[in-house]
Amino acid sequence: MSDTENQPKGPIGRFLALPSDSVPKTIFVAVAVCLVASMIVSAAAVALRPLQEVNALKDKQINILQVAGIYEPGTDVLEAFQAFEPRILELETGEFTDKFDPASFDDRAAADDPATSVELTDDPAGIGRQAQFVTVYLLRDDAGEIDKVILPLHGYGLWSTLYGFIALEENGNDIFGLQFYEHAETPGLGAEVDNPRWKALWNGKKLADENGELQISVTKTAPPAGPEHHIDALAGATLTTVGVHNLVNFWMGEAGYAAFLDNLKAGEI
Amino acid sequence: MAHKRRDMLIDPMVDNNPITLQVLGICSALAVTSSLQVAFVMAIAVTFVTAFSSMFISMIRNQIPGSIRIIVQMVIIASLVILVDQMLKAFAFEISKTLSVFVGLIITNCIVMGRAEAFAMKNPPIDSFIDGVGNGLGYGLILMMVGVIRELFGAGSLFGITILETVNNGGWYVPNGMLLLPPSAFFIIGLIIWAFRSWKPEQVEEREYKIQTVEAH
Repeated sequence: MSDTENQPKGPIGRFLALPSDSVPKTIFVAVAVCLVASMIVSAAAVALRPLQEVNALKDKQINILQVAGIYEPGTDVLEAFQAFEPRILELETGEFTDKFDPASFDDRAAADDPATSVELTDDPAGIGRQAQFVTVYLLRDDAGEIDKVILPLHGYGLWSTLYGFIALEENGNDIFGLQFYEHAETPGLGAEVDNPRWKALWNGKKLADENGELQISVTKTAPPAGPEHHIDALAGATLTTVGVHNLVNFWMGEAGYAAFLDNLKAGEI
Repeated sequence: MAHKRRDMLIDPMVDNNPITLQVLGICSALAVTSSLQVAFVMAIAVTFVTAFSSMFISMIRNQIPGSIRIIVQMVIIASLVILVDQMLKAFAFEISKTLSVFVGLIITNCIVMGRAEAFAMKNPPIDSFIDGVGNGLGYGLILMMVGVIRELFGAGSLFGITILETVNNGGWYVPNGMLLLPPSAFFIIGLIIWAFRSWKPEQVEEREYKIQTVEAH
């Protein structure tokens, strides 16, 4: 900072010596601060993006491994994930499509894009728009037959949209597991969807009864359809529970994977 | 000088704590204290942002025009917060998922703005930096105190490690669910303020008015 005794040198020195409240100085400071700040922020964003993308992808893969029951701490995620075959599924026909490349397909972007999504009028899961194409993951056994299918699903709980996966057995009706990888429900209450004991309740439940009616329910008391279709509600988290119930029913129903599950049951996949 | 700087660091812990004395930064203190790990990361993030924003603002304090000083401070603070957010996403992804929006809300944390406006605009960079660290730690101290109470009695664990086995997991402890909801932090912070002011009565604010007694004729 220049004192009154030392004459400021050069154009920059003279400029900095202007009274802070003068108009040119105000504009100069505003522009300079914004420029420097934006450069730092963009540099950080660009430099860190690869790391962030790896993290997000790894997180998703870990969740897919977990829902399929083959994740343990220390598992080499990338290697274990090789066992899964990602495919793009067209919901309406229930058939796989090669229109998109699974490696680059972005499910969330697809749900926002009018070309690949529809606006829902009947929207129990509270998701607004639904993509017509989703990435599903197939886990095959040694003989190359489908062992499990991992289907993404999401819906609104109490505070947030819950994103997760459901793993189904090859018959398309038995649930192997359910897991949410992103949500912001109340810690200790709604966030108990992450509780291993609660998640274990899903294992072995059946989506539909013998007549093919979707019966799965997440409620306090067992429905008339019987305990094999019932997952106990989370204590103290009624709205999160209702959200989970709705989203599972939505995605397993006509608007969701019904066509695909029919194909799977018919052995056409 | 060295003594003064030590005071700058220590003062905001108890004697001039931003939460208990100035009652600033309450909003985020409610939001992030339900789990200790999150509170810890939040405390570090706020300390980082307060320290560096104070330092940078102090470095250019003589050049900042008074008419736009708040917005200049905001730009610097916001940039640092974005930086922290990006770093967390890159190096502590799990935690960044739980902190989510709260990191962004550091921008609006009154403590950061308060120190920039009250201290950094009038003091040299190194002092401002130390003052920022001190205030960040003072905030963090209360956050950890609230976090310990909320996580231990609300979820039966500390830093995610089970201390009291909860009924949900087959233990004996029935967790106090209210402690996990934001309003409970209000009560806990209120009790901490009470405790602090009973310990140090000079922190008690003077009444803004006194009820006048009128002598009856």
